[in-house]
Amino acid sequence: MTALLSAVDVQRFYRRGGIFRRGERLHVLKGATLEIGRGKAVGLVGRSGCGKSTLGRILLGLERPDWGSVFFKGKDISAKDGGEFAKFRKSVQVVFQNVQGSVNPRMTAGEIIGEPLRNFFGISKREAVERSRPLLEQVGLKGSDADKFPPHFSGGELQRVCIARALAPEPEVIVFDEAVSSLDMVVQARVLELVQKIRDERGLAFLFISHDLRVVAGLCDEVALMDGGVIAARERSVATLAKTGGATIARMLESLPPAGPGERAFR
Amino acid sequence: MSTALLQKNTVRLSLVLLVIVGAVAVFAPWLGLPDPEEVNLAEKLAPSGPGHLLGTDHLGRDVLARLVFGARTSIGSVFAILLLIALFSTLAGSVAGFVGGAVDSVIMRICDIFLTFPTLILAMFFVGILGTGLTNVILAIFLTHWAWYARIVRGIALSLKSREYILAAKVAGTRGFSLVARHILPAMAPQVLVLATLDIGHMMLHVAGLSFLGLGVQPPMPEWGVMIGDARQFIWTEPQLMLYPGLAIFIVVMAFNLLGDGLRDALDRSGMLEERVR
Repeated sequence: MTALLSAVDVQRFYRRGGIFRRGERLHVLKGATLEIGRGKAVGLVGRSGCGKSTLGRILLGLERPDWGSVFFKGKDISAKDGGEFAKFRKSVQVVFQNVQGSVNPRMTAGEIIGEPLRNFFGISKREAVERSRPLLEQVGLKGSDADKFPPHFSGGELQRVCIARALAPEPEVIVFDEAVSSLDMVVQARVLELVQKIRDERGLAFLFISHDLRVVAGLCDEVALMDGGVIAARERSVATLAKTGGATIARMLESLPPAGPGERAFR
Repeated sequence: MSTALLQKNTVRLSLVLLVIVGAVAVFAPWLGLPDPEEVNLAEKLAPSGPGHLLGTDHLGRDVLARLVFGARTSIGSVFAILLLIALFSTLAGSVAGFVGGAVDSVIMRICDIFLTFPTLILAMFFVGILGTGLTNVILAIFLTHWAWYARIVRGIALSLKSREYILAAKVAGTRGFSLVARHILPAMAPQVLVLATLDIGHMMLHVAGLSFLGLGVQPPMPEWGVMIGDARQFIWTEPQLMLYPGLAIFIVVMAFNLLGDGLRDALDRSGMLEERVR
């Protein structure tokens, strides 16, 4: 069975400096391969700056890999023509970490959620706003919230708006790029509950990118560990990864704040 | 935003002044004033009186009429310059910021060349090449100022490029023109507007300065800088001829600067424009 979305041997460099200066080259991804099966929740963990988010953006088609390819339903996305790319675009959605930064402050929640609806279903702005109301209710907000602007939402509520936007085009995969890392523990737990609920209802595939092992542990079918620009290990759960992952995972476990006073996580 | 803007007394004062000056300039032909270009040597250097509220100049032309029609020239030319700059610099800066790489480097080095010279000297240089006259002054000031705006716009473009809501909009399927119209221009507009308002006074002084030097607007067309230039020879005998256009420039430039400061305080929460040194 071919994977729904996969990155194969993806490499990515970043260059600093312009044409008048020889810039140093940062080799961020050194041949990363990751598959997301239909309806699977995959966790991607790794330390800050290891290239997790870069891989996420490449899987989303926001950045092109310098080497390697991204496949959606068995086809290379860079080879897709307009219509096929639109299908990929509609099917792979994202929720970002920076909650306030990922919504246009000049648009209402309804317009924000309506944006993919307008683009993918070719409906009017007013119709899109109306169709955003049931989506807001699905993520635990009120339909009337569609008329509010981002500053009037709390961080957790705004993240729900972002989740509603990602759900709007009825995608097959959602990439959560550190989607709960900027929220406090209680709100995090509630948003994760919502994500779990959506998964149960819709059978979507998830890629959950996080540096926080606890977030991934409860939610994912598979966990991939990224280290040094490659996927260093893949296991069924964080607990098995903790046994096999070696020094990096040990350091990540070490740095986790305990779940309660005096406790240690995953020990 | 608009309420915060109007709370300041200086902003209210400047708005009232600008609305009056703007209305007078727009409706100048219908105010029943004498022809500002009509020479009447029999009445030259007449004092203030019922026929000529502010008297006449050395060619017997009505000073008030020349002031009012001069406002049209001064303010109109500044807005023409700003329009040119807003269009061109926004385009150049956005292309530099969004495309990046070699394109960015080339555009920015061209900007650097323009920014190397003091604006007035560079403007005089361009007028020297293009010849005198209002259109050429507008072109010269546009050429000397566009680089400032292009740089600022590039900075905004760079910060927008990696903004998550722009990425999210792309994932949501927004592309090309819709992306620019829905997300990019609305984010740029306030900052460019603030910058432009802060610069209006400065540009007005440029137009008047070049005209004063005889490089800009040519007589008999009424313009405040030309009026001051004409009145130069009568500074000891008829100082009011210099005082009226000088006051007009002072008041309008001040009003635009105060409005610009107010707009900046109200719109520019990032403080990005605060540091700009001319």
